Order: sequence, then structure tokens, then C-alpha cells
Amino acid sequence: MLGDINPAVLIASLMVASVPIILAAIGELVVEKAGVLNLGVEGMMIMGAICGFVTAVATGNPYLGFLGGAVGAAALSLVFGFLTQFMLSNQVATGLALTLFGQGLSSLIGQGYNGVKPPLTGTVPLGPLADIPVLGRILFDHDWVVYFSVASIAAVWAVLKYTRVGLILRAVGESHDAAHALGYKVIRIRILAIMFGGAMAGIGGAYVSLIRVPQWTDGITAGAGWIALAIVVFASWKPWRVLLGAYLFGGITVLQLNLQAAGAAIPAHYLSMAPYLITILVLVVMSSGKGRASLNAPAALGQNFHASR
Amino acid sequence: MLRLEKRPSPSRFWQAATPILAVILTMIAGGIMFALLGKNPVEAIRTIFWDPLFDPQYAAYSRPQLLVKAGPLILIATGLSLGFRAGIWNIGAEGQYIMGAVFGAGVGLALYPVETRWIFPLMILAGIFGGWLWAMIPAILKTRFRTNEILVSLLLVYVAQYILAAMALGPMRNPEGGGFPGSRNLSQIPSMANPELIAGTGLHWGVVAAIGVVIAAYVLLQRHILGFQIKLAGQAPRAARFAGVSPERLVILCMGISGGLAGAAGLFEVTGPAGQISIDFNTGYGFTAIIVAFLGRLNPLGILLAGLLMALTYIGGELASFILGLPSAAIQAFQGMLLFFLLAVDLLTNFRIRFGSKKEAI
Repeated sequence: MLGDINPAVLIASLMVASVPIILAAIGELVVEKAGVLNLGVEGMMIMGAICGFVTAVATGNPYLGFLGGAVGAAALSLVFGFLTQFMLSNQVATGLALTLFGQGLSSLIGQGYNGVKPPLTGTVPLGPLADIPVLGRILFDHDWVVYFSVASIAAVWAVLKYTRVGLILRAVGESHDAAHALGYKVIRIRILAIMFGGAMAGIGGAYVSLIRVPQWTDGITAGAGWIALAIVVFASWKPWRVLLGAYLFGGITVLQLNLQAAGAAIPAHYLSMAPYLITILVLVVMSSGKGRASLNAPAALGQNFHASR
Repeated sequence: MLRLEKRPSPSRFWQAATPILAVILTMIAGGIMFALLGKNPVEAIRTIFWDPLFDPQYAAYSRPQLLVKAGPLILIATGLSLGFRAGIWNIGAEGQYIMGAVFGAGVGLALYPVETRWIFPLMILAGIFGGWLWAMIPAILKTRFRTNEILVSLLLVYVAQYILAAMALGPMRNPEGGGFPGSRNLSQIPSMANPELIAGTGLHWGVVAAIGVVIAAYVLLQRHILGFQIKLAGQAPRAARFAGVSPERLVILCMGISGGLAGAAGLFEVTGPAGQISIDFNTGYGFTAIIVAFLGRLNPLGILLAGLLMALTYIGGELASFILGLPSAAIQAFQGMLLFFLLAVDLLTNFRIRFGSKKEAI
């Protein structure tokens, strides 16, 4: 049964399966590095999924679709930004509200798009590279978003580690009072971070509806946003570990789907639980013991900033 | 220039007034949304908030639905509010609600042909146990391993949904159902049914329990040391620790109470209004209850009113989709909007808005 599964295809498809989570998680990582906890990732992803889908169907251009997804989700994240940064609302509750609202609004926008086929996004033509046995199938036979997702991790890592922008962002997330005293615009920086997180979640969502599935149904993201949030904790707020966590998760998802298709003795419903259960398990391992992930959490995470003088 | 000035203590007036203001703002924003959907906004708002109660044609059907829908919302939201007050975020009530229904129905179905009046109380206990058990997972992981309870409780909702699907298609499937998914209809088995107690009111045992729980929660918060500890832990965690309040104990208690109540709500639903275990008998009450808890300002009596209002939007939404062809998803967006406005206007409780430049400040 397991022998029927081709490892090269498995690795190639786990890279595809983890793209939405990588994108959403790296966006959320930046948001959290700025000291903001946005629990609305699921809502932003699903808004990205529908906005991307509608744009792609309307224009016939999948690239514009991804742009539409990014814009739609960033617009929704702006609501979160306004509420938490200007109205000083509780970030946990506002994030939840964002998810509940996003799910409602997306299914409202998505009426009449059930069963519609979106325009196809092709693989990036890398010519002879894709013909290399095994390696070609794994590395050089993907759509552009797969490469974009890895590049975005590298970019976020480099910016956070080596640039002044990254330093300021981290300062705001560690101590907003100190950053404010130094003259940085805490609120403005956080709003920009929130919008970046929204746009990335939106592209991730659009990937689900435009490439991974590809069609529109209500609740299409099926908890990917929550898993992305868990991956950020798993990664201890370190960009490259996001990639590791997302590939681990993608691997489990693909493996259980393959097992279902191969007719495993375990009923499909129980196999489908696996990704969620493993995510919980990983969270437990990460948050306990010596390597406590929470030690690396930005110090001002989840706290609202109000300049009192 | 607008400027915010922190109040020395939260304004009592705005504490009571913000939910009302939020509802009004939501009606305005919702009206705009309905207008964009090509419906007459005034008519849509009237259909949602007025017609279910007072329209001569529909009220007879709609009015009893108010209690049917408010019951589970109040039951779940009251439990959640205790944790929210203490800064413990159980947002997986939907999963606990499902597990309560699965456990409760499981006990009932296992005893199937037996007819005694003890079955229903036994099922209620099993339902509470199921919800409690499901909430204990994030609670124990939180206290033993400091795992984030928000993520764990939420991820468990998806697991619960798969368990529900597996049950509806597997062990709990009605053997006389001709192969269709879904269990026996519990509401038609006298010893397991949760019937309407007074005809035409929608009052069932779940509603009775909800009212009881509201009163119990009110007494707990006002008169009991545990209620004091919950409030203290939420407002001043450091002070609470010095006062000897054990955070672990509070997590276990608050998660357990909210899980058990959500489980009970699931059991009452599956034996009454829903009738059977089916793949999608749950309709998101566990998530809407979060809105109810905030709309009620985490106060038991407020939650009672908020639950009724939220139930009204459900019924009104159904009516509006029936009469005006308003998409049913619109009402979900409407409910989400309500939570947004609620969180936004909450600013007025803790801050004063001042006009003028900063110079007058100290």
C-alpha cells in the first residue's frame, strides 16, 4: 500500500500543499514581530480566496487574481488595524471577529461562483531542468507561487536580520514605549505590518481557490489560517523554521490524502484529523521543556499601544 | 485634533450604552450592505428585527424559534464569559458542543430500545461530560505544557467535525435509515426527546437550563469567592497571584465549566430542534456564542439579552432570505459586523475623547 506512493511525487505535492500555510504564516510572523497578535488569519485567507477567485474569473488572468486576493485580504486586515491600533480594542477578540466576518462576507461574495472554473495557472517553464529525473519533478516543475513562497521566507529573514526596517519593526514588537520614545511611529509601523500580513494571507488564500482546489466553495480554507498561526509558534518566530513547519504539515496532509486514495484500513474521516492532531502535538512539544518557544515571543505581543503623553 | 484620555475607572454609563450603540451602528452599516445587495435597507432591517416578533403572518412560527435559538447561545456564552473574564480564551466551544451531542446521543443510542425516564438525564450527563472532556484537552495542555489554549481549542473543532462525520456515517448511523447518513431521530423517541415543554413557546429543557445557568453565573460572580477570583485574575493577574489565586486551577475550572455547558447545549440541540446526529447538525452556535458573550459585556444578565437579540438575527435572517431573497451568508457577515462595532465603541468605556491640542494635558 505504502509502496504505491512515489516519493518524488509526494515531495513535490507536499511543497504545493504547504504554500498557503507558508504565505499566511510568514505574513503573520511579521505582524507578530511588530507586537500585534492577529488571530484573523483564517478570515483574511478566505477573503483572499474569494477576492482572488472573483478577480481571476472576471479578468481571465490568474496573476491579477492573486493581486486581487492580496488587495481584498489587506483591505480586511485594515479593519483589524483600525480597531486594534486606533480604537484600542482587544486583539484576541478583534481577530476572532475578523475570522467570523471574513467567513460570512466571503460566502456572500462567492454566491454564484460555485462550480465555476478559474483560469489555469501554468507551471514555470524551466525547460530541460524539469526533465532531470526525480530532482526535476521535485524542484523544477511548479507554478510560480511555490517559488514565491520560498523567496518570501528568504526576503523576510533578510529584512528582519540585516536591514534597518527590520530592526525598527523588531524594536516596536519588543517594546513599543521605547520605540515611541526614540521617535518611531509605532501605530503606523504596526498598521503597515498588519497590511503586509493581510496581503500574504490573501495570496495564500487565493492559492487555495485558484490552484490547489481549484474552485470556490464556502469555508474552502478549512482551518489553514489557524494552522498558520500554530506554525508561527512552532517556528519560534524564526522565518526559516516556518518553512520547516509548513513542509512538515504539508507532508502529513499529502501523506494522509495518499493513504486515503490507496484505500488504507483507517477510515478517511480519522485520517483527515491527522494534520490538526499533529499540529497540536507539535505545539505541545514546542511550548514545553527546555526549548520553550514562548521565550522567543516578541515581548509586546498582543499589547495595545497608547501614547499617554 | 482628536485625542484620547484614559478614564481613571471605566464609565458605568458607557458600559451599558455601548452594546446599544453598537447594535444601532450595525443596523446602519448592515443597511448599507443590504442596499449594495440591491435590497431595500429599511425593509430588510424591519424584516430581520421586527417581523419575526410582530408580523401577523410569520410571528406565530417565528416567536417560539426565539427561545429555541437563544437557549444554546446563552448556555454556551455564559460559560465562555467566565473564562473570557479571567483571560482564558476557549474559542473551541463549537467542538465541545459537537462532542457533547456525540457523547449524549451515543449513550442514548447504545441503550436504544430501553424505555425508562432515566435515559434523558443520563444523556444530559454524558453530554456535559463530552463537552467537558473536549475542553480538558486544551486546559490540561495549557496548565501542564503552557500550550496556547486558543489554538488548541480551535484546532479541536476541526477534529470534532471529523468525529461527527465518522459517527453519522458509521457507528451511529440509523440501521433502519435505508443507508442514509445520520442517526435515529432522537426527538421521536419518547425517553430521549427534548420536547417543547409549553406548546407555542419554544421552551425546551435547554432553555430552562440556560436560564438556570444565567442565575447561577450571576450568583457566582457576585457572591462567591471563585467569581471574585475570576474577575481579579482578569483585571490584575499579578495581584491575583499574590492573593493566592492559582492560575492553573482557574484554567481547569473555567475551561471545564464552559466545555460542559457547551456540551449540554449540544445534547439539548441534538435531542430537540436538530433531532438527530447528522454530518452538519451543528450550525455554528459555538462561534456565534463568542459574539453573544461580548455583546452581553461578559455579564450573565447582559448575555441573556444578547442571546435573545442574536437569536432574533438568525430568525430574521431566515425570514429575510425567504421573503426578500437575502442571501443567508449576509446575516453571518452582519453578525460579524456587530462584533466589530462592539469592540470599536468599547473605546468610549475606558477613554474620553477630547478635542483640542495636547498642551492642556499634564
